Amino acid sequence: MSTIRTEPVTINLGPQHPSTHGVFRLRVTFDGEEIIDVEPVFGYLHRGTEKLAESRNYVQIVTLTDRMDYVASMSNNLAYVRTVEKLAGIDVPERAQYIRVISVELQRIASHLMATGFLLNDLGALATPLVYCFRERERILDLFEMLCGARITLSYMRPGGVFQDAPDDFWNSLNTLISDFPNYLDELESLITTNEIVLARTIGVGLLSDTQAVDSGVTGPVLRAASVKWDLRKANPYEVYDRVKFDVPIGNSGDTYDRYYVRLQEMRESIKIISQCIEQIEPGPVRTETPYFIRPPVGETYSSVEGPKGELGFYMVSDGGISPYRCKVRAPSFINLTPLKDMLTGWKMGDLIIILGSIDIVLGEVDR
Amino acid sequence: MIASTPAFFISFDSLKDLFVNLIQSLGFGESFGWVAFLLAGISISFLIINVMVMATAFYTWFERRMIGRFQVRRGPNRNGPFGIFQPFADVLKLIMKEDTIPDAADKPVFTLAPIALLAPTLMIMIVIPFGTYLRDDALLSNLNIGILFIVGVTSVNSIAIFMAGWGSRNKYAILGSMRGAAMLISYEIPMALGITSVLLLSGSLAMTQIVQSQSIWFILVMPMGFFVFMAASTAEMSRTPFDQIEAESELGSGYNTEYSGIKFAVLFLAEFMAPIVTAAIVTTLFLGGSQGFDFLPGGIWFAIKMFVLIFLLLWVRSTWPRLRIDQIMGFAWKVLFGLGLFNIFLVAVEFMVAVELGHTKDDGSLTTEYMLIMAAVNWMVTIIAFVILANFVGKKKYHRPEPTASPLANMGIGGD
Amino acid sequence: MYGLGLFKGLGITMKNLVSPSRQFNIVQYPNRRASPFDLAKVDDQNPISFIATHPIKTLRSLLGLETLVDRMPQHANFRGEEFAWYDRRCTGCASCAKYCPLGIIKIVTGTSGVNQQEGQSYDIDVFDIDIGRCMFCGLCVEACPYDALHMGSGFEEGKYRRSDLVINVDQLKAAEKKPSTWFRPQLTDRGHDPIKGSTADWDQVGRHEKPSLEDQGERWAKR
Repeated sequence: MSTIRTEPVTINLGPQHPSTHGVFRLRVTFDGEEIIDVEPVFGYLHRGTEKLAESRNYVQIVTLTDRMDYVASMSNNLAYVRTVEKLAGIDVPERAQYIRVISVELQRIASHLMATGFLLNDLGALATPLVYCFRERERILDLFEMLCGARITLSYMRPGGVFQDAPDDFWNSLNTLISDFPNYLDELESLITTNEIVLARTIGVGLLSDTQAVDSGVTGPVLRAASVKWDLRKANPYEVYDRVKFDVPIGNSGDTYDRYYVRLQEMRESIKIISQCIEQIEPGPVRTETPYFIRPPVGETYSSVEGPKGELGFYMVSDGGISPYRCKVRAPSFINLTPLKDMLTGWKMGDLIIILGSIDIVLGEVDR
Repeated sequence: MIASTPAFFISFDSLKDLFVNLIQSLGFGESFGWVAFLLAGISISFLIINVMVMATAFYTWFERRMIGRFQVRRGPNRNGPFGIFQPFADVLKLIMKEDTIPDAADKPVFTLAPIALLAPTLMIMIVIPFGTYLRDDALLSNLNIGILFIVGVTSVNSIAIFMAGWGSRNKYAILGSMRGAAMLISYEIPMALGITSVLLLSGSLAMTQIVQSQSIWFILVMPMGFFVFMAASTAEMSRTPFDQIEAESELGSGYNTEYSGIKFAVLFLAEFMAPIVTAAIVTTLFLGGSQGFDFLPGGIWFAIKMFVLIFLLLWVRSTWPRLRIDQIMGFAWKVLFGLGLFNIFLVAVEFMVAVELGHTKDDGSLTTEYMLIMAAVNWMVTIIAFVILANFVGKKKYHRPEPTASPLANMGIGGD
Repeated sequence: MYGLGLFKGLGITMKNLVSPSRQFNIVQYPNRRASPFDLAKVDDQNPISFIATHPIKTLRSLLGLETLVDRMPQHANFRGEEFAWYDRRCTGCASCAKYCPLGIIKIVTGTSGVNQQEGQSYDIDVFDIDIGRCMFCGLCVEACPYDALHMGSGFEEGKYRRSDLVINVDQLKAAEKKPSTWFRPQLTDRGHDPIKGSTADWDQVGRHEKPSLEDQGERWAKR
């Protein structure tokens, strides 16, 4: 009797693939349906953001940061302008800080909605939850259009504040949104959270233990899903986060379901933060007068914020000129991919897709 | 309800008679009977293919429109009123596209696969008793092994899908078709078990006989059998939550990755014809075929029942995510197989009791009163079985305890 | 109970299917198929009298041949194409050109006497904006010290050649001036809304004075 010879199959998952969330390539070796080896390949969307920043002045770089994590431009703007403010010692008016926090939390909701929708799309739900998520995200984008005239590439923040105060009708729409949103989240939750197919697909899949998560430098919802209570908004409060009350939701075991559920709870917390900010905000200027060409003193600094995907940091070196000598981005999407191989090995093809989807990477940020 | 087929009704027999008369009136003798046979066959094929292609075209429109509505979109609405001409635009575009065959493909297999997938689906329709005029008439109504024919013909599907995957020499395609082969063969068994329970009650393999024996619809008599058959046939046509063959978020497009142009159109046609055919089979087996109240003809009732089933499939497709391949196989062998066997056992015992107690009619089928009693018993048994199964599966695996913060990083964020 | 979540999900999708309040705010750009009711609304008639008076239009609309223009509801702050440039306000200082991150604005000033401004001894010979490379960040508008350059409100500037996408000084002068209120709060204060079609002349777009803190407080109280 002869045995059937089997051999592992190597598949290039990507760069063109519906579920790699961009031009990401995974060289996966399958033993049947089971993954035995994974090798991620980056760089298909490399645009040289960090190098381009060296030839632009400090305000012009804001437009570059929009294009890194293109589903969360506002957070990128905030991380960048905070670094410049720290480097040049610029004060930010209080009202500007509140508006920044409101817009960043709106952006976090928008980003998490997209992450949730695409996770469900990866699970094979024929885009229905995705479209429901996009319906609500549209409303946030409408708010951004009122705020700053653009929907995706916002360029809203400037070193020293935001460029323009929110128009009057923005506040009405914002109030409607935050009163509607919890109902909508309930609906989304009853569509997804209790769905047994989702549970069967996600619970216990793609485990990332807390030690592993901390060791590999993972941040954001992926880290918090691994039951590590670490949030820069609490641990190192910036802007006005020390004046608002909110919880840091954590997960149980660090599986795919936890990563989804932490995001869902974070959206609820963001709504809480926004409503508190609306109560606390007071009239005043929204921008400190800064020269067109900011010339920070010679030095270097690192500053980071809690973006929707994790710790988004900028390291900048100034040589006293109008543009930075060096600008390095700590991109959370990129660093969250560190434990990818450990998370994927041993799981099946279908799990690969949802584990990658639950990490929520954006290729503009991975490759920069 | 059983009447002689009127002369103008289109069925294979009536057409053959027509052609025989025609040939004889032209002066040819009895030895040219085969010509009449051939002509009748060609006519039936022509009819089936055209009607089914048109039906599928409008079904794709309906599906896209409906799923659009489920997804709070509009769906296709540009071509013609309500976008009704969208399928023709699609077909036109697909025909005009270049028909590429990969260099490394196994060309004959690659070319034959769409045909092999489409033909069985079309062939099923000839034995379905639509009841166009009367309550029971199929195009090939005198085929006394109708349901066996269906089971036999549908199993060609798995070969066709494997041909498509193997022939295109693409890794995604081969993964999809491997999954397909495993899944389709597994789900043949629960499907056959579901059919067997129907056969126990109807006592005949002929589709018309099955319809006639449903004085109470079999979905009421044996809900478990309906569930098993419905789940299995959803998997057979590879739709959500069992759409592993063409898992677009995992495999790109599965077995039809390399297809384009007219070949893809044929694959697409077969894929979208499957729900119609499945709905027709389920209607015949479990929903009493063309039975209904008399103010509407039987064909309309049949169409209404098919529509309801198709809508149910659409609803499920637009709501539920996909299961993983091992979960699908587990579902087939651990749940559906067991339920199917249990259902057969239950129905068989009940049938035996009926025979012992003398609740049978002259032709051996059960009386309506006994069927009602069976329905009551079976519904209770089904609900109890499902609750037990649900608790058995659900409780131990999916319990989520309250999360406790890891000691690794509690940087002063303990209380609020 | 295990298994109920699946049916709850079915209920949610059905709710979204039937409930009109859960629908997307769909815009069928550039036009949508109009039903007789839509046409009646446009004509300001009630539907029954519209159907009675316009049978052919009703039939055409039932066949899907009648269309209505449908546009995205934009905010006045929208940063669009079609830059509004006021040559009477421009001094040719080229702040916009210096501030553009991509360097797509080209300004040449001289004494040719062709485009001479009132009271000025030099003129703006070249003012090219290559909107094919523009990303509409609006930094040029922010940089303009004399409120001469404004973002536009449109977005339909498709061209067949990249070279057609370069807006030159004559096009900028001839264009209809519908400045966006982006970074120009003074336009909002005057009730200017480019989306509703209002245009603004050169003497209406300047910031005559900065809004005081009290003004801003008043605006805030109105929310």
